[in-house]
Parts: sequence; structure tokens; C-alpha cells
Amino acid sequence: MLNSVSGEKATFPSVPVTSDEVDLLKDRSLFIRLETIRLISIAKVGHYTSVFSCAEIFAALYYDVMCLKKGEPKWEERDRFLMGKGHAAVGLYPILADWAFFDKSLLDGYTRLGNPLGDHPDMRKVPGVDFSSGSIGHALSGGLGMVLGARFQEQAINVYVLLGDGEMHEGQVWEAALSAAHHKTGNLVAIVDRNGYQLDGKVDDILGIEPLADKWRAFGWQVHEVDGHDVEAVANLLRFLKEDTDRTQPVCIIAQTIKGKGIEYMETEPGWHLGWLAPEDEALAIEEITLKGGAK
Amino acid sequence: MKAPISADSWQYRQINARAPGLNYLSQGLIDLVADGHSIAVGTADLQYSNGLNRFAEKHPERFIQFGISEQNMVSAAAGIATTGTMPFVATFASFLALLCCEQIRTDVAYSALPVRLIGHHAGISLGFYGTSHHATEDLAITRSIADLTVVAPADGPQLAAAIRASIHHPHPIYFRIGRGQEPVVYPDDIKFEFGKAIVHEYGQDITLIATGTMLHPTLAAAALLRDEGLSVGVIDMPTVKPLDSEAVLKAAATTSVIMTVEEHNIIGGLGGAVAEILAEQVTRARLVRHGIQDEYSLIAPPTHLYRHYQLDAPGIAQVAREAVGIPGGKRHAG
Repeated sequence: MLNSVSGEKATFPSVPVTSDEVDLLKDRSLFIRLETIRLISIAKVGHYTSVFSCAEIFAALYYDVMCLKKGEPKWEERDRFLMGKGHAAVGLYPILADWAFFDKSLLDGYTRLGNPLGDHPDMRKVPGVDFSSGSIGHALSGGLGMVLGARFQEQAINVYVLLGDGEMHEGQVWEAALSAAHHKTGNLVAIVDRNGYQLDGKVDDILGIEPLADKWRAFGWQVHEVDGHDVEAVANLLRFLKEDTDRTQPVCIIAQTIKGKGIEYMETEPGWHLGWLAPEDEALAIEEITLKGGAK
Repeated sequence: MKAPISADSWQYRQINARAPGLNYLSQGLIDLVADGHSIAVGTADLQYSNGLNRFAEKHPERFIQFGISEQNMVSAAAGIATTGTMPFVATFASFLALLCCEQIRTDVAYSALPVRLIGHHAGISLGFYGTSHHATEDLAITRSIADLTVVAPADGPQLAAAIRASIHHPHPIYFRIGRGQEPVVYPDDIKFEFGKAIVHEYGQDITLIATGTMLHPTLAAAALLRDEGLSVGVIDMPTVKPLDSEAVLKAAATTSVIMTVEEHNIIGGLGGAVAEILAEQVTRARLVRHGIQDEYSLIAPPTHLYRHYQLDAPGIAQVAREAVGIPGGKRHAG
């Protein structure tokens, strides 16, 4: 069911996702969560919950809306993806391998000496990573630059930037927000993973960011809110935005999500921002996530 | 009153006329567009200070005004570079190298993107605007960032040549330039080669190695010293990184004293770079680092500051005399 609120107009695409496509996206969301668990078991530490909150967003972008070519990570006409919340890269790598941007066997050496896959995504080392990140707050500027650069090359690309809600604290985000609206970057889509938590606790306890939608609107952006775990709603919204090629306003999607979505105790304990599951807990986690099917 | 009555009155948008050296920045960029290169030029609310309004007037479609958002500008430049267009972004050196240090390191240099960063009004050239506007640390900061090329052209022609040559340079570059009022040393048709020193003279008593805006007063100081009978070498070191260590060692083999001259803290800049090379080799030369002596500059008009810190020709000559053991002067006279 579509659960998107723009406040201004209908956001339904001319060709909505079919039930088969929804099944595929749910399957990919499950794949992302399970691979995240597997990779973190290699590193013995990682950001499970940061991936679990955006698994459906990853799935909708990479398996429905983004224009990509298998095995061609440098294809110039491709849509771009940047992540301000770079610590969720462990969930992105399996997707990039799935697109044959690099050999799947690299996943097995995640974080090991000499392997290109680290906790944060590195465009210099990992084919398919469009922009490096790790220091929170730079990515929206990078995405803005890609939109501006594509204009010089006369390329009609879409640029998607996934931001953490804690990332809203960074001043550079708002520099980029001002600039993107000013330069009428209608093909720039920011997605805020509004999972409500950051390292030290609740975002709104640490440094409140509400009313967030009003802030983006005031900066000149078109704002949509969506249940970030309703993969059908996310995909339909992204399809709609892609069709709306006359738009000059950049778009901010506030995706309401649950940090740790899929593992009950992770959903209620913010400490799971970083952690490791011992083998017996890992097995139970795989069982729980598989049972839930990745998305509700 | 509709207008000022004196022809000598001036306002900010006429500032270019007072900084002819900056014409060369826009000219080099205009030349690149004329040659068919896809470039983008950006600044952060300083198009009249850096003269990029000339470029903007000629190629408005290739000019991006970022407003007073320097960090956004540097990260966005990295994004632009990923699309195959080469970005040149400019702001005061103090803001570029200090405020945007992390964006330069992580988004530009580490990502190995061919971004050209132009830090203008470097050193103490903003005079009485004060320490916030001075950049006497930028060489040290940028030089310590791996894969970043650091270039300080001596004058307008060398700047334009370096800008043109940069289109074929594979690495990101930090250009450190002055305020555009520097006297011209080189002819307009000079070529620029990254990583190469330019030897003006060989000398046995002392060799002065200057970078950027200090070349002109250093050449004048050398002339004064030669009139006094000293054998003085002068090397222009526009590329501070990678440093032309061969030129340094060659000078160190044939001269008694090497003296670096820079509008920068003596720590970490040209003096630091030359010291690193000499410290690892056995040479006959002793090193003297001339520049800002690890302090914050006073407030004064720039020319007064250059005199005070002995960074004008008489001052450089005096420090050189002391370096070779001729008594009679003291540092920071007055």
C-alpha cells in the first residue's frame, strides 16, 4: 500500500510496482540484511542496525529505480548513489557485487588486510561506489556537484543521496540544501533515513531536528514522507519522482524507519548502533529475519 | 549625489583594476575553454576579489556561484570532477586550506579527483584584515595531504601557464596565489612544468630558494647582494609538492648557505620541505629558513608587513647577509 504524503499533490507513478516486483524487492531486502550479518561476522564488529533501517531503501533504489548496467560501474549515463551515512556500506557491498561491479569473492574478505571493502565506502577502492564517505555531512554536496557536472556533460542522470537523521546536525548539509535549491537541481533526491537514533542516543534528545519536513520545505525542497520499510511505497514514490522530469525543485524524502528493523532486541536498544553477534545469536538473528521476510 | 566626485574613489566591483595579476587567473581559464576543455569555475562570494567575474562574464554557463559556503563548494567540486568536467574553485587561501581542510583531504585528494583548488590572497597579503584572513599555514596543511600537488606561482604569467598546464595533470592541485598586485617576473609565453624548479642564477656564497610571491623580492635582494660582491644563486620553486629535490641537492653541493624564502610559517612550508631533504643527505650547505617565524602577523598594510617581517627585497637581503656571516642587521627590525 502506498503510504506517501507530499502534502501538495498525488505521488503515484504511471506504472506502479506489481506484486511480483514487490516480492522481488522484499527478497532483496532480506538478502541485504542476511549479507550484512554474514559480513559483520567476518569483521567481528559492525553497524547492523544502520543497514536494517535502510534495507528497503537500498532495495528500491538498486533493484527498481536506478538506471544501471550490470558489470559496468563506470557507465557514464548511470544514476548515482551517495551515502552520507557511510557506516551502512556493509549493506551496499553485496548489492554492488550482485550488479557484478566487482567479484563476489571480495565480500568474503570484508575488512581483512588488503581487501577494498571497509566500514565506509571508498570510491577509490571499490568499483560501483560513486562517492567516498565516512565523515558525516559531505555527501549531499558531492551529489549536488554530480548534478551540476552532469549538466556540463548534458547527461540526464538522477542522483540519490542517503542521509542519516543524525547527519542533519552537520552544517554542510544545509549549505548544500541552500545551494541545490538555488541551482534548481530537480534531479537530486535526498533520502533521510529517519531512524531516530545516533551513537549517543535519540537524535531528538541529543540535538533536536524537528520539524524536519518544514526545514527542508523552507530551504526550497519538495518534501515527501514515507514509511521506509514499506518497500512498495518507497519504490512507487521513487518511480513517481523519476517520471516528474519537469521538476526544478530538489526532493527530500523523509523515510520513517526503525533502527535495527528485523531483530526485536535491536529495535529497542540503541547500543546496537555498533556491535557483534556471537555465532549462536547470529544463527537466531538469521532465523528471525528470514521468518519476517525482510520487510513487513 | 549620484556618484563620487573623484576619479580616485573606487568600490569593490572595481577592485580588479587594482589587482592586475589576477587577470591571468581568468585568462588561463578562458584559454582552457577556448581549447575545448570541459571545465567549471566556482567561487564562494569572492568573484571580484579573485577576478573570476571576468571568467563569469565570458562563460556564465560554466561559472557556479556557491555563496559563502566554502565546504559545500569543495565537496561539490569533487562531485563535479566525477562527471568528467574539471572544476576550478577559488576562495581566500585561509578559508580554503583551513576551513575546508577535511573536504580537501577526504573528498578531493583521497578520492584522487582532478579538482583544482585556488587559494588566493595567501600569506599575509590581506594585511590589516587580520589573522582570520591570513594564510601562513596553508602550505604545511596541503603539503601533508597525500596525492595533492601544491603549486605557488610567482606571478600572473606563471599562474596562467600553470592553470593551462593543469588540464593534463592527473592529480588534484592546490594553487596558492597572492593578491594580484605582485610585480611580473616572467613573460606571458612562459611554459609551466609541475615539479620543476626554475634556476635563475647559480651562486657559491648563498642560494636563495623562493616560492610564490616571494620570487620577485628575492630576485631584487639577490641583485643587491651581488652588488656587494656576493655570489648569489636564486631558485624559483613554484611546485612545493612534489618538491624538486634534485634542484635542492644540486644547489646544496655548490653553495655554502641555502636560504628559503616564503610568505608562510617557516614550519611545514617550503623551508620545512627543503629541510626534510637536506636532513637526509650529507651536503656542504647550511639551511636558513626565512618566513614568518611561527607567530601571528601584526595588523598593517601589506607592504608595511612585508617590510616588518623582512619579506621585501631589503629585508631578504639583510637576512641573507646575516646568514652568510655579515654582521649589521637584526631580525624584525623595529
